[in-house]
Amino acid sequence: MGEAVHRYDETMPLEYRTEENRLNILGFWIFLGAEVVLFATLFATYLVLFQRTGSGPTAQELFQVKDVLIETLLLLTSSFTCGLAIFEMRRGRLAGLLAWLLVTLLLGIGFITFEVREFIHYVHEGATMQTSAFLSSFFVLVGTHGAHVSLGIGWMIFIIIQLLQRGLTVKTARKVFIVSLYWHFLDVVWIFIFTLVYLLGMVV
Amino acid sequence: MGTNGHHESFPWKHLIGFVLSLLLTFAALWVALSSGLPLKAVIVVIVLFAMIQASLQLFMFMHVAESDSGKVQTFNMVYSFFIAVVVVAGSVWVMQFVL
Repeated sequence: MGEAVHRYDETMPLEYRTEENRLNILGFWIFLGAEVVLFATLFATYLVLFQRTGSGPTAQELFQVKDVLIETLLLLTSSFTCGLAIFEMRRGRLAGLLAWLLVTLLLGIGFITFEVREFIHYVHEGATMQTSAFLSSFFVLVGTHGAHVSLGIGWMIFIIIQLLQRGLTVKTARKVFIVSLYWHFLDVVWIFIFTLVYLLGMVV
Repeated sequence: MGTNGHHESFPWKHLIGFVLSLLLTFAALWVALSSGLPLKAVIVVIVLFAMIQASLQLFMFMHVAESDSGKVQTFNMVYSFFIAVVVVAGSVWVMQFVL
């Protein structure tokens, strides 16, 4: 933490210790607010169209409880381990932080692997983006979330590399905290995909 | 204000948040697939569970209310969720007259 300028309260966690850090974190929250609205438009499109299945399969015919549950548990657990990473960071433990970030990363890769397999399975069943309005809106909504997770995986890899190079500083702590906010947010979106796409699709 | 996470020696908040999230996930699954409740009741209950679980993530994992910007951050998220509900519920409601 050599180059860190401690202009603020030393009792604060590293990521809040400078004005710049606090503004960066606030700015990221505002970005997440915009993301909520982006996903809201995709949810609205899906919920208006999901019973328009044309000659293609319905949600009930397509969705498998087991696969969805595996994806849900992988992402939920990764959100938990990401929280543990921040907990370790606030205790000043770089090794613990790195270990939990790595676990989070592996769970995230597991999630995206299952999701890609799920999509490939659907396409083999003849359920593609072109099949029906239901499937177009399904692939756009769930695919946009999957793209966000993929981006998060790449982002987290770079953050881990930077932690290895520079250690835990006021700057790297802020970067880790922001990527953790992004990661938790992905799970928040998934909770609603699990509920409004999969659970609803299996009962309606 | 509320930023003293580094004084705790065990991540109780995270563990409780995780266990509650798991319970809510499985409860929603049971309500949807095995409870035999009428469809409208199922929808209300599982959406409620999802909202509780999302709040758990925001407060237990993301610490939305901490730091000097806590109030602004919380208001920002509440407002974005309000817009989301208006967009989603409004679209579904208005389009049922068209489709």
